[in-house]
Amino acid sequence: MNPFATTGRLTLDAVAEIGRIAQFAARSGASLFTGPFFSRAFWSAFLRIGYASLPVVGLTAIFTGAALALNIYDGSLRFNAESFLPQIVGVSIVRELGPVSAALMVAGRCASAMAAEIGAMRASEQIDAMSTLSVNPMGYLVAPRILATTIALPLLVLVADIIGIYGGYLVAVYALDFSGPAYIRNIDQFLQNRDIISGLIKAGVFGFLIALMGCYYGYYSRGGAQGVGSSTRTAVVASAVAILASNYFMTSLLVEI
Amino acid sequence: MSEAKKKIHVRGLKKAFGSNEVLRGIDLDVEDGKSMVIIGGSGSGKSVLIKCLLGVIKPDSGVIDIDGRNISRHTSADQRYMSRKSGMLFQGSALFDSLPVWENIAFRLLYAEKKPRKAAKEKAIECLALVGLSPEVGDLSPSELSGGMKKRVSLARAIASDPEIIFFDEPTTGLDPIMADVINNLILERVKALGATAISITHDMASARKIADDIAMLYQGQIIWRGKPEEMENSGNPMVDQFVHGRAEGPIQMQVKRR
Ligand SMILES: Nc1ncnc2c1ncn2[C@@H]1O[C@H](COP(=O)(O)OP(=O)(O)O)[C@@H](O)[C@H]1O
Ligand SMILES: [Mg+2]
Repeated sequence: MNPFATTGRLTLDAVAEIGRIAQFAARSGASLFTGPFFSRAFWSAFLRIGYASLPVVGLTAIFTGAALALNIYDGSLRFNAESFLPQIVGVSIVRELGPVSAALMVAGRCASAMAAEIGAMRASEQIDAMSTLSVNPMGYLVAPRILATTIALPLLVLVADIIGIYGGYLVAVYALDFSGPAYIRNIDQFLQNRDIISGLIKAGVFGFLIALMGCYYGYYSRGGAQGVGSSTRTAVVASAVAILASNYFMTSLLVEI
Repeated sequence: MSEAKKKIHVRGLKKAFGSNEVLRGIDLDVEDGKSMVIIGGSGSGKSVLIKCLLGVIKPDSGVIDIDGRNISRHTSADQRYMSRKSGMLFQGSALFDSLPVWENIAFRLLYAEKKPRKAAKEKAIECLALVGLSPEVGDLSPSELSGGMKKRVSLARAIASDPEIIFFDEPTTGLDPIMADVINNLILERVKALGATAISITHDMASARKIADDIAMLYQGQIIWRGKPEEMENSGNPMVDQFVHGRAEGPIQMQVKRR
């Protein structure tokens, strides 16, 4: 199997499906306005996605920040710009690497879990059963997950930003002989609110996309256990592609603000 | 024929999945308060038929008249109408495995009618008793239940909101003969107590004889025979004969291979 062909085919599939996915998103959004709000389902999704993702997001961030500091130090030495290391680490983490790496980790954890869970419910007729009990599965299963992930991801990214900068700090202070207080002061003076906010806006969009893909592919999964397996895989790939593609477009919009 | 009130009135119902024509013009009438049993081979479309009636699958064409309202257009209002009126025992029980047994039974009360949890739990425990299960079962998770218990819990969930129409999709499949009879008795008892109209699918002949007022046989997407349980033995219809006596040889050729 050629991985490039596979990725390409999946990307094309994803493009062809964007219309259906958008319609799915609209239906789940509509259920938030027309139907009852299932607060239990929301909070349980919020805890599972937000709180339970903290360790893995934190680990990713600290290593990303540390490696980033090493790389930037090495690169900036070539034109004697190593004193800007804290600023570059800060802005890279907050605007780009914090949101993207956290989103990719959450996509791996949660888009797959959502697709598997909802797909298994489809296969065992639980989704049909739910509508015969006068509860709209869009409102009970889909909308709370999308809402919870959209809110949880910016909060996770805020944590990832702090931990990522701390990872850079550890490397800068203990391996590269920077002064700790100066490192913090440099970042603090250099970073602007809009850097942080643009990262958090991205995170919200990523969260929305992750849950949308997880729910969509689970909801329309077909063919028993094998179907659940393939929808899980598709959900992870589709959300990763959606994160990276939307990241580019959002970045190009947000740098202009 | 007596002009009893028709609870369910189906004409020319068709449904295909791609090139697979599952229902090819179903005509079916069920009178108020009667128990109709639909028999037919595996894969003949029994579950699809029942799901069309239930408003879960959108039919391609035809009329589904439930208590004077045609729900075949499958609008969300039609679906709400049907879900308020009916209860369903799914083939694989379809219990929500993320919720304890009592929340399964009280699902509609909790999440559609927004009843307080305490009252809903009391109602769930009442329903558990009606299907012969003790209150402690309410706190178990569905994965901890045996097949027979799952069917009972699913029955309790189907009757929890006093439906006018109850659907049973193979209620005794996969159970031992004794447990199957227990479930048959429970079905008879609960349907009678509610005065509900029942539509059941089965290929268990003992179960069909026991719970049916009327029997219809589905074959190749159409109802090919209809009669009373006692007429089934001497229906004069070779296909019904073959099915009832479970013979591999006869006019019905099982599709071992897919076309
Ligand atoms: N959602 C679906 N999508 C595609 N085909 C389906 C679907 N549901 C049922 N079918 C097909 O319809 C036929 C009848 O299925 P079913 O009604 O489940 O049979 P049974 O009589 O055993 O209950 C089968 O060939 C099955 O593959
Ligand atoms: Mg079936």
